[in-house]
Amino acid sequence: MKIAVCIKQVPATESKIKPSSDGKEIDRTGLSYVVNPYDEFGVEEALRIKERLESSVTVVTMGTERAEEALRTCLALGADQAIHIKDDLLRGGDAYGVALVLTTALMKEHYDIIFFGKQAVDDDSGAVGIHVAELMGLPHVAVINKLDLKPEEGRALASRQIEGATEMVNIKLPAVFTCQKGLNEPRYASLPGIMKAKQKPLTTLTLADLGVDKDAVGAKGAKLVVDCIKAPRVRSTGNIIDKNPSESVEELVRLLRDEAKVL
Amino acid sequence: MSDKFDVIIVGAGPAGSAAALTLARAGLSVVVFERGAFPGAKNMFGGVLYTPILNKLIPKFWEEAPIERHIVKRRFSLLSSKSEAAFEFRCEDYNEKPPFNQSFSALRARFDPWFSKKAEEAGAMVIPETVVDDLIVKNGRVCGVKARREGGEVLADVVIAADGVNSFLAKKAGLRKDFSRAVLAVAAKEVISLPREVIEDRFSLEGQEGMAMEFFGDSVAGMVGGGFIYTNQETLSVGIACSIKSFIDKKVAPNDLLDRFKAHPSIKRLIKKGETLEYSGHMIPEGGFERVPQVYTDGLLLVGDAAHLVNASFYHEGTNLAMASGLYAAEAIIEAKEKDDFSAQTLKRYQKKLNNSFVMKDLKKYRAVEKWSHENLKFFEEYPGIALEMLKDYFSISEVPKETIQKEAYRKVRTHISPIQAFLELNKFRKTFF
Ligand SMILES: Cc1cc2nc3c(=O)[nH]c(=O)nc-3n(C[C@H](O)[C@H](O)[C@H](O)COP(=O)(O)OP(=O)(O)OC[C@H]3O[C@@H](n4cnc5c(N)ncnc54)[C@H](O)[C@@H]3O)c2cc1C
Repeated sequence: MKIAVCIKQVPATESKIKPSSDGKEIDRTGLSYVVNPYDEFGVEEALRIKERLESSVTVVTMGTERAEEALRTCLALGADQAIHIKDDLLRGGDAYGVALVLTTALMKEHYDIIFFGKQAVDDDSGAVGIHVAELMGLPHVAVINKLDLKPEEGRALASRQIEGATEMVNIKLPAVFTCQKGLNEPRYASLPGIMKAKQKPLTTLTLADLGVDKDAVGAKGAKLVVDCIKAPRVRSTGNIIDKNPSESVEELVRLLRDEAKVL
Repeated sequence: MSDKFDVIIVGAGPAGSAAALTLARAGLSVVVFERGAFPGAKNMFGGVLYTPILNKLIPKFWEEAPIERHIVKRRFSLLSSKSEAAFEFRCEDYNEKPPFNQSFSALRARFDPWFSKKAEEAGAMVIPETVVDDLIVKNGRVCGVKARREGGEVLADVVIAADGVNSFLAKKAGLRKDFSRAVLAVAAKEVISLPREVIEDRFSLEGQEGMAMEFFGDSVAGMVGGGFIYTNQETLSVGIACSIKSFIDKKVAPNDLLDRFKAHPSIKRLIKKGETLEYSGHMIPEGGFERVPQVYTDGLLLVGDAAHLVNASFYHEGTNLAMASGLYAAEAIIEAKEKDDFSAQTLKRYQKKLNNSFVMKDLKKYRAVEKWSHENLKFFEEYPGIALEMLKDYFSISEVPKETIQKEAYRKVRTHISPIQAFLELNKFRKTFF
């Protein structure tokens, strides 16, 4: 099997996010980054397939300089090679632009299986994997939590949770899958894995290398434009009424009636 | 990839990275294990980075290193609850051209990753997010480490313990016992953000000029230690550091002491309207010369805080001693590699280099500081208040003739301390610190 896993580097899930000063982006100062947790399920699934069947696993990302760390993390887990698509012209793009770029890179090889996370936890749009399937003309199953390969038939049985039931989809390979929690339990990198990862092949590609029209992607090609990002309204903290019991009750009733207007 | 390295370094602080850089440049195979998510992720200091060794390792480091401001001004002040007496020194020679006075304010979460990257570029393998749990010892020689990961046993000719003040490895190797409470200080610090113009106005600085301020007396409730403020570009590093013993004796928690420090009128106005970006705590090995253990054994060297190399006195130098020790340890290992002999006998060269350098010479000069501090608690608890009260009386304006005021002021002081006692104690202070 030739397997590709598309991953994204996202701010660590415990990060405190606030809008940037122009309100168009998030403020990235002091953030630390991780591999998108849903993508990790894809990486793990690919590695488990590789343990059973002769396979090669390629991780692909489109991202800034820093995103190389995310690729190295996946190589440390056991992926064989990595592709890093990096170009300043990609700034300000939307999910469609990302899909277009990834599609071009994925078309350069033949992959039997392409994994994505079901969504990236930073922008939560959940669109890229499905766009790629569409652009490549491949079938896809989204949000899978189980995958049974039938390599001799060139097919797979993918399960997904739907309201009150499990849907099982029999699909012909090559195909695209987007991964949901529950698919597997991602592993930790072993020390030899981390050390070997430093020597594994990592190819960096620009738009020119891929032959993608620069006007079709990035800010220029974006069909969606983020108007603004707003921080959620801060919930006011509770009030402590610090009086003797009878006065407290009176005060509480007054507050419920006059301020909360629930009485 | 071979499965054995020339050198394993545990800890990517200034000591570990200086050693890694030097060894990698000499062509040795080096792996650095760091428990943080990246080097510096959890590291903190005051701080002022002192750079003579850094400048040797990376000439013109200031052109690229993430440093904040060059220090042109130092200020020491004594606080009581309402008054402050300060000594400030500023020198234009410190402002001329890089590397200025080899003192730069810095934030470790930015500096350490940069420094570690330099070692990596020179060929060292740096592996973050990996805790080293144990040493591998065979026939009485250290020959590797066990990291907390699957397949975590790694072998090398020499291990450098650059794992900081709590050095678990130094204890494992039997080179060090746990330090007593008296020789460790605990620090709590906040990074407080303010617009750069506000910082420059408030501290009367221009451009990249920076300032280091230290506070004693009531600022830290009379405890053995002090408070500090260092100016960064768009933040202030504000903190307190006192001996663990005093925290225990006075039953105060470090974060409460920091809150108290920040609430002092002299401090409050300096940090006004600032937003706290991060909070951190750390220990400092302040025992000085007497507490430095033997720094070598068969197959293992101790560097930086792991070897207790901090000059507490007035300088609070730790980072440059750490880098110096990393450099000397690396040099000793390069010599050992030429002889292919990593026994204690050969590695002892490191101890010699350390002894002949400013590192041990400075520590020796200030060897009495730690003992003095704990035997002269009055200098922290009582004397600042008395001195400030005297100054207050001295400068207070009223209809009372100055002569009467001054006599009364001296009389008051004498009820606390006799002139002869004052003379003796000040003399001891001078001998300890100067
Ligand atoms: C509040 C405060 C203020 C200070 N102010 C100054 C100042 O102004 N100027 C100055 O020069 N010095 C100052 N110092 C001292 C200075 O910070 C230290 O001396 C210096 O950082 C020592 O460097 P090091 O590399 O030996 O240790 P550290 O910087 O502590 O680095 C040790 C590294 O080892 C890692 N590590 C530890 N254990 C393990 C393990 N088991 N496995 C893997 N990794 C591990 C840690 O994560 C860390 O990265 C200050 C210290 C404090 C706490």
